[in-house]
Amino acid sequence: MGKVSIENVSQYFINREGYKTQALKDLNLEIKDKEFVCIIGPSGCGKTTLLRIIAGLENPSSGKVTLDGEKITKPDPKRGMVFQEYSLFPWRTVIRNITFGPEMQGMDKNKSEEIAEEYLKLVGLEQFKNSYPYELSGGMRQRVAIARALANDPEVLLMDEPFGSLDAQTRNVLQSELLDIWEKKQITIAFVTHSVDEAVFLADKIVMLTSRPGKITNIIDVNLPRPRNRTSPDTNQFRDRVLKILAEERVKE
Amino acid sequence: MKLKEVAQKNAPEITSLIVAVTLWQIVAEFIIKRELLLPSFFDVVSSFISTVESGTLFIDFSISLMHFGIGVIAALLIGIPVGIVMGWFKTVNRISDPIIEILRPIPPLAWIPFALVWLGLTHTAAGFVIFVGAVFPIIINTYTGFKSVSKINVEAAKVLGCVKQRSLIRHIAFPSSLPSITAGIRIGMGVGWMCLVAAEFFGVSKNGLGYKLWWHYGLHQMDFVLMYMFMLGILGLTIDKVFRKYIDKRLLKWQSGVVV
Ligand SMILES: Nc1ncnc2c1ncn2[C@@H]1O[C@H](COP(=O)(O)OP(=O)(O)OP(=O)(O)O)[C@@H](O)[C@H]1O
Ligand SMILES: [Mg+2]
Repeated sequence: MGKVSIENVSQYFINREGYKTQALKDLNLEIKDKEFVCIIGPSGCGKTTLLRIIAGLENPSSGKVTLDGEKITKPDPKRGMVFQEYSLFPWRTVIRNITFGPEMQGMDKNKSEEIAEEYLKLVGLEQFKNSYPYELSGGMRQRVAIARALANDPEVLLMDEPFGSLDAQTRNVLQSELLDIWEKKQITIAFVTHSVDEAVFLADKIVMLTSRPGKITNIIDVNLPRPRNRTSPDTNQFRDRVLKILAEERVKE
Repeated sequence: MKLKEVAQKNAPEITSLIVAVTLWQIVAEFIIKRELLLPSFFDVVSSFISTVESGTLFIDFSISLMHFGIGVIAALLIGIPVGIVMGWFKTVNRISDPIIEILRPIPPLAWIPFALVWLGLTHTAAGFVIFVGAVFPIIINTYTGFKSVSKINVEAAKVLGCVKQRSLIRHIAFPSSLPSITAGIRIGMGVGWMCLVAAEFFGVSKNGLGYKLWWHYGLHQMDFVLMYMFMLGILGLTIDKVFRKYIDKRLLKWQSGVVV
């Protein structure tokens, strides 16, 4: 199960000079079990902050976040995260980065390596199994990070612009792979992106944030049937609708 | 065949060495002409051969390595854990920092009187002086390494289920600080080695490179003194090279992408 409820969450940061930044203000959001939610918003509007709160890496200044009714206060392998910035362990080889999670859960070495190889294949990096992160390109590193998060078998997967550094081709392939995994594993996914195309292709629900303070302006249900076609008239129409709403929001600001 | 290749490849280095030795020989034999002031190259070689033949050089090597080993191993056993807890736990750092900052600037050789009072004329006393020299760089570098563990790596580990302090130290902070820790060990071993001559000066043993150096000095056998000086240099260099090679090959492979 993986139902995430965000209730009245606000987050402030106070810097060294005592200056206060409000990153999130009174956020209310329900992410249903097995739902794929995309979060879109301008840079600095608090998307990362929101994911970090769900992950348990940050405690909100007020309000609360629950997973299946249980309050989230600290990180837990049930909630996996793919970070926006480079987060691989440089001292571990690619495969050992991916086995890290399963090992920490007490899985034995052979079994965890088996699983890791499966995910490595999925992201197309089998031949880099024994490479160190410094030997990979930025996009390849990101794919390893995705495999690492998936190998841990989370109920909720938080992904912070995971495909931002990939070329269009790889991006498309991985989007499809991600949808396959999502369907197969029956997990909940919260996915931050800047790309409306990506959101329309992936999401059940698109959440739009505005910046300073980060607030939800729109929640759009994407009721396009799956499997989706990137270029069908329906998809195009829907994308236009989303873009229009975004443009309106920009005018309001 | 192979020797020739090596010679060709290292021609500048080899030439430089040959010229230096030749000059040394000429200066010592024809200009200074007093063995007490400057023994010649061949004097040193013959003293080397005689100590090798009698087997004393080997014993000196072993004894010095033992003193060094005692000091360095103790420094590792104490320095690394102290550095770890100081770097990882803020309160421990604040408690121990003033003490360390007071002890650290004391030159290791200033500890010799206490080493002798506490431990007597024993190998351990010599080891203690080396320990004092080696331990601070190891503490400081371990500490620095632990301080600079990247936050994102710690968070990634937490999200993957590595949450206990002990596991975080073992699986994240320690491996990520290893470059810094090993650099500290190298510096510490270097300082410890510098302390060796003085640590053996007081005759904790009738053997040892440092002790022999003083002993031959007492007998005005400067060719032996010079020979032992070279031995100290060569052995120190070898220890560092071997350690470095092992570290780079085995422990820090993942760093090859880093410009040193
Ligand atoms: N640890 C922190 N300390 C102080 N301010 C912070 C901290 N983390 C985030 N902020 C502030 O909170 C706001 C939201 O940051 P956040 O990283 O969540 O943005 P984002 O939506 O992920 O942006 P981007 O799309 O550029 O990644 C920013 O104004 C940022 O400066
Ligand atoms: Mg962000």
